[in-house]
Amino acid sequence: MTSTENESASLTLDGVGKTFPTGTVALSDVSLTLRPGDFTTVVGPSGCGKSTLLRLASGLEQATTGSVAVTASSTSYVFQDPTLLEWRTAARNVELVPELRGVSKQVRQERAAEMLELVGLTGFAHQHPRQLSGGMRMRVSIARALVAEPDLALFDEPFGALDEITRLQMQTELQRLFVLKRFAGLFITHSVSEAVYLSNRVLVMSGRPGRIVADIAVPWEYPRSPELRYSAEFATLTGRVSHALGEHS
Amino acid sequence: MTELATPPATLPPAAEPAAPPPRSPWWRTALRSSAPIAAALLGVAALWYLVTYAVLPESQRFLLPPPHQAYGVALSNPNIIGPMLEALWRSIAVAIVGLVIAVVIGIGWATVMAQWGWAEKILYPYAVILQTIPILALVPLIGIWMGYSFAARVTVAVIIALFPMISNTFFGLQSATAAAHDLMTLNKATRWQRLVKLEFPAAVPAMFTGLRTAAGLAVIGAIVGDFFFQQGAPGIGSLLRVYTQRLSMEALLTAVTFTALFGVVFFTAFAVLDRAVVGRWYGSTGKR
Repeated sequence: MTSTENESASLTLDGVGKTFPTGTVALSDVSLTLRPGDFTTVVGPSGCGKSTLLRLASGLEQATTGSVAVTASSTSYVFQDPTLLEWRTAARNVELVPELRGVSKQVRQERAAEMLELVGLTGFAHQHPRQLSGGMRMRVSIARALVAEPDLALFDEPFGALDEITRLQMQTELQRLFVLKRFAGLFITHSVSEAVYLSNRVLVMSGRPGRIVADIAVPWEYPRSPELRYSAEFATLTGRVSHALGEHS
Repeated sequence: MTELATPPATLPPAAEPAAPPPRSPWWRTALRSSAPIAAALLGVAALWYLVTYAVLPESQRFLLPPPHQAYGVALSNPNIIGPMLEALWRSIAVAIVGLVIAVVIGIGWATVMAQWGWAEKILYPYAVILQTIPILALVPLIGIWMGYSFAARVTVAVIIALFPMISNTFFGLQSATAAAHDLMTLNKATRWQRLVKLEFPAAVPAMFTGLRTAAGLAVIGAIVGDFFFQQGAPGIGSLLRVYTQRLSMEALLTAVTFTALFGVVFFTAFAVLDRAVVGRWYGSTGKR
């Protein structure tokens, strides 16, 4: 999956580098292609420019070298923090995205209700973020990201702040949504097991300046059972990723 | 808000409801915020009796007649209490109108500053001048320029109450997180959408903090205006000066008490409004 020119690609990065005005080189020579149905995770040591990669892909920042081509008609972004508007209920938070795009009230309310049902929060539609647990807030955030039916979904370590149990649940939930919606996913994490469990391709980044130092395919079909994590093949693959990380950090 | 208290039966096991705190009725909030003030007033009264009877020798007791005598004399004499209440009402009107104007100008001013960097550079120094200028020096000028009427007094109240409204709103408008701004950018929000759907709502708690401070200052502004403007229909501040000159201690003490009560009521009203609105805003009352 390294062909760079592809009609159906949602996102193509070609030799992308980013140098900040301060002189810090955050990324150098990163190339990757994402198509619908691809779920690529990026692991790397902290400060290696993983988040910068996502900001470049989303257009929040411009690359200093190389090119970023987004052909997806709709892109969504899930932040590290749920980033909910505290004065809006869960449902109104999900509605925000279609609201900004001028979707009529009735349609966006229906879509928000559907999305909340999909993430298991139907009964909490009228609660404010403050009344929800950390995991529930992240579900609302994911519902908001997916409500516009994106072709490309970018995830910036969304489960990093959650406790282990919630984190595993959220991984399963996200995978279910991925199977259902079939977007192209680019997911940043510093957890090796999360990277392997979620993706069909793991990119390992080196310490600053961030480069891709290993490209590891994950063979299993979706949906994957949670028990996969305890299997020997899973351990072998996480071992390979960890090894690549250890060599280059 | 009964829907908060009853989670539906169809919940997935993963989702645990966070118990919403029960919303207390507004009068309880009012009571809770005014009880300490009432206690403080009782403390003042106790201290007052103490000074009158234990500190002052009998020959000087006229300087501070005890509360029951001060209020008794003033309240029982329609020639004192009548004009006093009229004057009090005049000052209340000045404070309310001044506060409303300060709120409108303050929010507008802060919004303009928050929207454009150049506007901030131009307007911020004026806000600072407004804050640092000695209002007592300015009041006689306002009197000379605008006369001593309602409008001049309102102007004094506005000038005193404006700064906290500007600074708090400005601070609030900048309180939205960088990620929330990214969210707006990614969804191609217009400047107007960003203001109305993110910056303004995020500023509401800070605006109320400003409003509370501004309310207290508007009262002071109204009384300071009265105090300096002896011409025209008297406000409670004008009467304070008159009573002082006549050394009519009973009327003076009663008038001071009224102004204090006026300030307390004004402040409490906005504290209650703050909790009610901001609590509802975030779907819960109490701690922020």
